[in-house]
Amino acid sequence: MSLTQGMKAKQLLAYYQNKADQDAREAKARGDLVCWSASVAPPEFCVTMGIAMVYPETHSAGIGARKGALDMLEVAERKGYNIDCCSYGRVNMGYMECLKEYAKTGVKPEVLVNSPAADVPLPDLVITCNNICNTLLKWYENLAVELDIPCIVIDVPFNHTMPIPEYAKEYIADEFRNAISQLEVICGRPFDWEKFKTVRQQTQRSVYQWNRIADFTKYKPSPLNGFDFFNYMALIVACRSLDYAEITFKAFADELEENLKAGIYAFKGAEKTRIQWEGIAVWPHLSHTFKTLKNMGAIMTGSAYPSMWDLSYDANDETLHSMAEAYTRTYINTCLSNKAEALMKLMEHGQVDGIIYHLNRSCKLMSFLNVETAEIIKEKNGLPYVSFDGDQTDPRVYSPAQYETRVQALVEMMEANMAAAE
Amino acid sequence: MYTMGVDVGSASSKVVILKDGKDIVAAETVQFGTGSTGPQKALEKAYEVSGLTREDMSFVVATGYGRFNFEGADKQVSEISCHAKGVFHLVPTARTIIDIGGQDAKAIRLDSKGGIKQFFMNDKCAAGTGRFLEVMARVLETTLDQMASLDELADEAAPISSTCTVFAESEVISQLSNGVNRNNIIRGVHLSVASRACGLAYRGGLEKDIVMTGGVAQNAGVVRAMESVLKKDVIVAPHPQTTGALGAALFAFEAAQKK
Repeated sequence: MSLTQGMKAKQLLAYYQNKADQDAREAKARGDLVCWSASVAPPEFCVTMGIAMVYPETHSAGIGARKGALDMLEVAERKGYNIDCCSYGRVNMGYMECLKEYAKTGVKPEVLVNSPAADVPLPDLVITCNNICNTLLKWYENLAVELDIPCIVIDVPFNHTMPIPEYAKEYIADEFRNAISQLEVICGRPFDWEKFKTVRQQTQRSVYQWNRIADFTKYKPSPLNGFDFFNYMALIVACRSLDYAEITFKAFADELEENLKAGIYAFKGAEKTRIQWEGIAVWPHLSHTFKTLKNMGAIMTGSAYPSMWDLSYDANDETLHSMAEAYTRTYINTCLSNKAEALMKLMEHGQVDGIIYHLNRSCKLMSFLNVETAEIIKEKNGLPYVSFDGDQTDPRVYSPAQYETRVQALVEMMEANMAAAE
Repeated sequence: MYTMGVDVGSASSKVVILKDGKDIVAAETVQFGTGSTGPQKALEKAYEVSGLTREDMSFVVATGYGRFNFEGADKQVSEISCHAKGVFHLVPTARTIIDIGGQDAKAIRLDSKGGIKQFFMNDKCAAGTGRFLEVMARVLETTLDQMASLDELADEAAPISSTCTVFAESEVISQLSNGVNRNNIIRGVHLSVASRACGLAYRGGLEKDIVMTGGVAQNAGVVRAMESVLKKDVIVAPHPQTTGALGAALFAFEAAQKK
């Protein structure tokens, strides 16, 4: 009998998250390659080559959620990483420094002994992509220099205009082929193009189930709580080219479907208003950000953050243009007008009454545009919005009281609008 | 029917008792905020002035930074909604509210019915708030009460370029040691506060009438600075420090009527 038989989606999520880390540890122990990858870099090439994948962004988010970020941040800051740098990067640099010291001395640094961080091994190569930010270039370059390992960079140009031009897709497809050539050298064997196709097909099956989950936010009341969706992101990031993600998401989507049929909703009849969350989660304070909303009957039914992994493409397209398009159309890699349109589509889909913008000190690309984005969207759909200061995994930047005041005011505005509409 | 609004701020506590949602029978302020004896003292003062007790209150609404820690409220409402409610009650022509409290500054845009169109608050930083003025008053060896009259004696504003409280403090110290006139520095400090708050107000689109509330609105120097930055008249709400508590008492009245 399979170990996972009878497991609920939540159990599958925990099981496969651990299994992915275990796979990486076992690969390392066997002497097989381990790759650290940027979250929206294509995993398809490495997975085809049988390389075990680790995702520093997800790993750092997990450390933050388990209240372990500060220790790692301090390690990185002592190394000279400024607090204005991305906190995922700083936590990861701290973790890498600890692992490096452990590998060198055989003595586990105290910070690591006491850390709630998931146990992942040091990489043998890194792969990064600038389709969600440029910090990822320097961050991974630093990892490669510090560890003296290869760094594969997939350059994805910013889309200043939409739709995406053919020459951009051709350029990105060339970048993919270049990454494949580099991998052939690193692995010392030719790339298996047949297997590559099956990996792409697997990726699409995972993405299909992921999108099935996202679709449930259109129902009112919603069977899906958007904050739960945040938790499942770990697998769409780290395991989308494996069946781990597909199995888990299918189970979750099936559960949601059953709940919907049975009239079981996420807030069990307490849903009063619906909000869109723009920006990355505040992982160290996820519970506070969620409960503050829940206590006021506000459910999150829209967020472009998990939708960044809606990487649907034609798996049979051997030109790789379709895959290239999927990896470049990520809304934060596109012009402001497209960004606003993408967000508004999600707002309509989730039937939201208001928007919360997370001014995330770490994520410059998402946050610096938020002020302008908010104004454009407000002018178009008139929905009330609020913004608050926070950070994706540096717990020091967030003020619970400020968040509560802003969210409460937003809820009062949404309720006033609803009362006026009635 | 009596209703009460309690505004537990970061630096002060305010209580307003209303009769029938119209007449203010008590409006008390104590200069100690959440986590102190301030809220209790403000309550005691309000009961003493009005001759009423908690039992006489049909409904109590708490607002402000410490609203969730205040025991004895029937409901909590955000200070944004309460300031909007209180100001619109006092000044029905108000369309823009600039509220500067102990540790936050906000700009609220109202529609013609008093509904909130949009609001903006300061980020996680004390610049442009009452706390900024407190720090500067200490460095300048004066008190908050005296700052407005000293500002009047200034012949120009000494530039304070830093918006960060800590950096601005060293800037003020350096100006003092260079012999710059203290009154001119005070005017510069007021301009610095005003420019931060006005930045928020501009984001919401400035519409007349502009009404200022919060403890800092009692400082005529800041109000003058606001007018000079905005190049528009600024109305100071009557009893600017208690408009939030008044709004809370009005919400309490509405809730009591629904009971």
